Amino acid sequence: MFRAIERLGDRALYFIELWGQMGMFLLTTLASLLRPPYHLHPILKQIHFIGARSTLVILVAGVFTGMVVALQFYDTLVRFGSVAMLGSAVALALIRELGPVLSALVVIGRAGSAICAEIGIMRNDEQIDALECMAIDPYKYLIAPRILGGLIAVPALTMIFIVVGIFGGWFVGVVLFGVSEAAYFHGMYDTVVWHDVWMGVVKSFVFGLIIVWVATVRGFFLHLDRSGVFGAEGVSRTTTNAVVFSTIGVLVSDYLISAVML
Amino acid sequence: MKRLNLEFGVGLFLLLGLAAFFYLAIRMGDVGLLRQEGYTVTARFISSSGLKEGAMVELAGVRVGKVRRIALDPERYESVVTLAIEPGVQITEDTIASVRTAGIIGDKFIKLTPGGMDLYLADGDEIVDTESSLDIEELVSKYIFEGSDTAQSE
Repeated sequence: MFRAIERLGDRALYFIELWGQMGMFLLTTLASLLRPPYHLHPILKQIHFIGARSTLVILVAGVFTGMVVALQFYDTLVRFGSVAMLGSAVALALIRELGPVLSALVVIGRAGSAICAEIGIMRNDEQIDALECMAIDPYKYLIAPRILGGLIAVPALTMIFIVVGIFGGWFVGVVLFGVSEAAYFHGMYDTVVWHDVWMGVVKSFVFGLIIVWVATVRGFFLHLDRSGVFGAEGVSRTTTNAVVFSTIGVLVSDYLISAVML
Repeated sequence: MKRLNLEFGVGLFLLLGLAAFFYLAIRMGDVGLLRQEGYTVTARFISSSGLKEGAMVELAGVRVGKVRRIALDPERYESVVTLAIEPGVQITEDTIASVRTAGIIGDKFIKLTPGGMDLYLADGDEIVDTESSLDIEELVSKYIFEGSDTAQSE
């Protein structure tokens, strides 16, 4: 009985500690950004890794998402005789929800896991300790470029996803089902307002931050994990954790942002 | 060469992203860098129920602007609607502004019916003649109750 309560308290303390760890981590990274030296090249490299190399996946995912959304909306709207709304429906769904969330999920799978494993292995092989021995700030050197890269790359990927999705929807709606092209695009231009686009942009920035933040913090504190497992097993555990946490983080914050901004 | 490749890839990617963003922002969001400066006029309505900011302003069925702001006049309890009119469209002083609905349940918009005067409204002027929004519910109930009144009196 007492043991159960004790364990509960222990869990709660660990949970709070975890949040504190994450918060301190982010603040330290942000503070390290203000200090010189300012190197642009590491950031470019991260944008390349997180963004440029995800473009193909995003293009394919975007086209098919747009297509299937158009297909489903067409089937629904036809029952109400309001097929003219197809463009607005597809555009709003993509801009406000599907674009940001699905691109974030793709980036988690492609880049988030890789970043976490990379940092985790660096910690495991004591490379991060070596950096500290050489008086190189690992936050500045390893984490900051990744966070900045994520903050730039994820919104760009999201925008590409949305636009490609809209044209995927155009293909299904206009080319396959013969919805009028004017209705598709003008309905879209008239309905969608700046606020909708802004919501998508805000979401993609927050998701970009969450993805890289969770991935780096899990990898960076591999050695503080409570299970006490290091080595290859520790890296695999921590990577799985990072993917699960950032997915949940993205979905929860998606709801919160929608609730606040609608 | 490796470095060049990296920068080329990143550049291409960011350009794609920016192009997509500008497409969304300018075509969808109507925030153009090339936004033309129009002018605004106000109109007072007893009720602008259902009208939203950003709604269309039509003249002869052509879109000539949109609703910039809807505010309450706390003294007269009237709705003050600010209309942003595109440049090059001149509105006569005796224009009638009415809140209309596209279709039965469609969006509300402002319909401008021009008059015959030679004087045109300038930036900040007010449209004097207005028609408030038609409330379908009110109309229906009016029809029903008036119908029953006349039936009883006969």
